[in-house]
Amino acid sequence: MSDVYIIGAGETKFGELWERSLRELAVEAGLKAIENAGIFSRDIQVLYGSNSLAGIINGQENIGALISDFSGIAENHIPAIRVEASTASGGAAVRQASLAIKSGEYDVVMVGGVEKMTDVYGSEIIDLTSSVLDREWEAFFGATPASLAAITARKYMADFGVDKEALAMMSVNDHLNASKNPDAQFKNKISVEQAMGATPVAEPLNLMDCSPVSDGAAAILLASEKYVKKNKIDGIRIASSADAQDYLAVHSRKSLYALDSARIAGKSALEKAHVKLDDISFAELHDSYSIYGLIELEELGFAEKGHAKDLVFDDIKLGGRIPVNPSGGLKAKGNPFGATGVGQFVEAYRQLKNKCGERQVKGAKYALLHSMAGTGSMSVVHIVGGE
Amino acid sequence: MGEVSRFWRESVHRYRLMGNQCGNCKRIFFPPRDVCPICHRESIGKMKDYTLSGNGTIESFSVVHDVPPAFTRQRPYIIAIIRLDDGPSVTGQIVDSDPGEVEMGKRVTSVFRRVAQEGESGIIEYGYKFVLA
Repeated sequence: MSDVYIIGAGETKFGELWERSLRELAVEAGLKAIENAGIFSRDIQVLYGSNSLAGIINGQENIGALISDFSGIAENHIPAIRVEASTASGGAAVRQASLAIKSGEYDVVMVGGVEKMTDVYGSEIIDLTSSVLDREWEAFFGATPASLAAITARKYMADFGVDKEALAMMSVNDHLNASKNPDAQFKNKISVEQAMGATPVAEPLNLMDCSPVSDGAAAILLASEKYVKKNKIDGIRIASSADAQDYLAVHSRKSLYALDSARIAGKSALEKAHVKLDDISFAELHDSYSIYGLIELEELGFAEKGHAKDLVFDDIKLGGRIPVNPSGGLKAKGNPFGATGVGQFVEAYRQLKNKCGERQVKGAKYALLHSMAGTGSMSVVHIVGGE
Repeated sequence: MGEVSRFWRESVHRYRLMGNQCGNCKRIFFPPRDVCPICHRESIGKMKDYTLSGNGTIESFSVVHDVPPAFTRQRPYIIAIIRLDDGPSVTGQIVDSDPGEVEMGKRVTSVFRRVAQEGESGIIEYGYKFVLA
């Protein structure tokens, strides 16, 4: 089977982009990726669109057609398919695109992720994003994504004797890194005190534990080994990809803080890539809520259960033992659902090309990218890099 | 969110806390499932209705401040995951309690309440909530 290479990447700024529409964002990211790859749109053989909530937020389905049409490739008549896996849509779309290349059917594939979340009023977005939960048996009773993460956090902190300060450090790290990322939603550094003292959202989590409402788009171009060699392109290899599912609702899982999907997908991705955790130069984690960042560090194997607290004060910083979220992560780069996972690949591509300036992970060789659906119902893990 | 038929369809389970039991392994599920995730094929056609006692223990909880529109009038409220004595865990609100008294490990029992209302003249939805025992 062919290896798969990233040959170009582009993204919009993430943030509250009131003046930009869903389609504008998607097109901007796509064109940037094409420009970056130095190919032509006619070279693209299939488009995978990643999007989570456009149906209920923007009243727009048929996202594949929307993106291909307004990217100006309707007359190329290439297939354009949307992949929806809630907040893991991005990772899932890249995996589907990789498999399409590995199958031998295609040589050049575009993956474009987009979400336009600010087109609703006030708290309406809380109801809409709660659609990633079990609507009938969680959200119906008033559970929200933040409150379920909070339920997990309270139990985790009690069982393992972890202080709130450890959670705050995830957000402090995200903000510090995002301050060096021009595409990030938030450029402000925050102190531990600020992170601990913010307005409560769902106790024990506050505003600084929660990823924001974001607009944004990200796109990458993937190509087969054959195409990369023939055209002498210096691509970045996708070493492996894996995904795993779990129960939809938190109350059905084996414990309130088990993220089995992350554990299983992570282990599988490392095995497929023949890479050890020690070889990973940095990780982009799906820290939609600070608590998930800690638990993911454990489920992916970077720390023992209950011991992510030993990593978050120093080791996860740029220059630390295992830098986490050099992009700024979901908390500070932003979390436009369908674009989030694809955006991790944009960061990985730039890092492994040594083009990240102030936030560059020195000597970066392998990246671990983790994209997760909702409260953990699915995880997609990719290992990017290597020969 | 949704049509009247949806609430009518789920009402027996929400009003009476009715789940089901796998005839093969005897595990109890809530909400009810058509297939037991442990027994798979062996469970098909053997899932029997089972009404839960409604008694259980608070596994964990959150005091929710940022709430969806249908819950604005209840803000802030306590959402919890309750481990029922019969086996399964459920997500539900804890009401009629001083938030200071709600703790992990405390006993609760289910009550029948109004859950949410969609706007001024929207559907009023009923179901279970929990109170400290």
